[in-house]
Amino acid sequence: MSELTLLLIRLAFLAVLWFFVIAAVGVIRTDLFGSRTSPATRGKPAKPAKPAAKPKSKKGEPRQLVVTGGPLQGTIINLSETPITIGRANDATLVVTDDYASSRHARLFPQDGQWIVEDLGSTNGTYLDRSKVTRPTPVPLGVPIRVGKTVIELRK
Amino acid sequence: MSEVVATPVPMPAKRRAAQLFMLAGAVAIVMAAYANVGLAVDGAIPSGMLTYGLSLGGLMLIAYLVLAKFAPWADPLILPLVTLVNGLGLVMIYRLEVGGQEEASATNQIVMTGVGVVLFTVTLIVLRDHRALQRLTYTAGFIGLILLLSPLIPGLGREFFGARIWISIFGFSIQPSEFAKIALVVFFAGYLVAKRDVLALAGRRLLFIDLPRARDLGPVIITWVVAIGVLVLQRDLGSSLLLFGGFIVMLYIATQRTSWVLIGILLFVGGAFIAGQLFDHVGDRFEVWLNPSAPEFYDREVGGSYQLMQGMFGMGAGGILGTGLGQGYPQKIPLAYSDFIFAAVGEELGLTGLMALLLIYALIVERGLRTSIAARDPFSKLLAGGLSFVLAWQLFIIVGGVTNLIPLTGLVTPFMSQGGSALLANWILIALLVRMSDAARRPPPQAIQDEGLTQVFQR
Repeated sequence: MSELTLLLIRLAFLAVLWFFVIAAVGVIRTDLFGSRTSPATRGKPAKPAKPAAKPKSKKGEPRQLVVTGGPLQGTIINLSETPITIGRANDATLVVTDDYASSRHARLFPQDGQWIVEDLGSTNGTYLDRSKVTRPTPVPLGVPIRVGKTVIELRK
Repeated sequence: MSEVVATPVPMPAKRRAAQLFMLAGAVAIVMAAYANVGLAVDGAIPSGMLTYGLSLGGLMLIAYLVLAKFAPWADPLILPLVTLVNGLGLVMIYRLEVGGQEEASATNQIVMTGVGVVLFTVTLIVLRDHRALQRLTYTAGFIGLILLLSPLIPGLGREFFGARIWISIFGFSIQPSEFAKIALVVFFAGYLVAKRDVLALAGRRLLFIDLPRARDLGPVIITWVVAIGVLVLQRDLGSSLLLFGGFIVMLYIATQRTSWVLIGILLFVGGAFIAGQLFDHVGDRFEVWLNPSAPEFYDREVGGSYQLMQGMFGMGAGGILGTGLGQGYPQKIPLAYSDFIFAAVGEELGLTGLMALLLIYALIVERGLRTSIAARDPFSKLLAGGLSFVLAWQLFIIVGGVTNLIPLTGLVTPFMSQGGSALLANWILIALLVRMSDAARRPPPQAIQDEGLTQVFQR
């Protein structure tokens, strides 16, 4: 192996090593841009769409929360942008008088056109369909949410 | 997860393609480095290149597939970066083996890398939710202390190079402090999640610093005593510095009080000073650090500066661009395959290569800290922050020691040095980081919105 070849190999290797570092930084950069542009692109169409979409209501987006079981059966709450809290406390949106419910039991809030249910550390738990809600979970239409004896679901 | 979460809210992408690309790049660089060593030493591409390259590539492919299956949202960069560092360490060990350093064994190291990857995948598969570790807070602390003290048990502990930090089981030598490191970080994280408010808020203010209450100070004092005790009894300065620094930084992350950092530094300086006065071998380190080129230290058999100076000569010979892989004399540095691998790399790749290497480490740590920032529960914030810091701190201690910035203490360079225990422990550490980054980047859970008094943290 001649000296020159080895010198070239050495320089090329260092260059490749640095290229790898720069590529890694590039991945991080796109990662940051990915999360930075996605709310921006999400926000852009949402802005003009929002005023128009509100009365129309996009297809597939729930508009009502209906109590389908328990003492409050038949109650309907119209959904807006505000989160809904469920519990025995007087300041809850849906006040349930139920020994099996906690005072601040669960919470429903809209996020990007979806409604998310979150258990607020209740004693007896919140169930989405059959599964216990352990972390904030999106709620599809017509899937029952159980809070104590009360059953609610989202409808159009 | 139940099938209800069919439509996740759009969030950061998985970046699997980027991960695979970077992983392939890392393996390719390692193979190129092998070829370079062979070309320089024998004038031909070494016969082992394909074996080593393919086994490393195969191992990483397994790690990648497991990661894609069990932690699909994990950070795309951690695995490729670690692969590159591990691979470069392998090449360097191979190079030292070729160069005639007898203890260096690349085959051994790649087997250990294999076991490390197995542990990595097992950790990812078994530990589906890192918060399970929170329940094991005190168990982890207990295991950590036992591991740390186990080399002192008569009959089990082994002493090499004047430090009693190995244990010997079934013919294998294990350095338990490497595993103790992880267990203790888990313990610190769990403990501090429970105690951080009382540590931050209760206490008196004296001059500029907030003094915590004595009973809250207890664990710090205990850790301090254990750290200094390990230092004294096992002659292991590195581990005690590592542990103590890790704990102080985790306290700082948890409470955001500068006073803890001040208290910590004062305690450690005080402890080290007293130890330096009382014990010769600690005092010697300081002397050697201040005067490495003095002939009386250079010629001394044990505890001298010969090794340190050889490493510095090597790095000096390397200069900016290095001598080139396989063209230097890194085998002249004693223990170049373990503690001094950084100096060996410095000789052959030069400052340019060392900077790239340090940047790669910095990126690994950055991804860990990023995980900590993005994490949703306080436990994983602390754990990810603590583990990343411990990795960075370990690197600082050994690189600082090798370059004579701080007194030299025996610690391995993470992922590069030959040594099974450290490699295995660090692969577990990376698995924990990957697991937490998966949880942090996974979309569904939403941030708790402002809604008055009630704040609920998930457990």
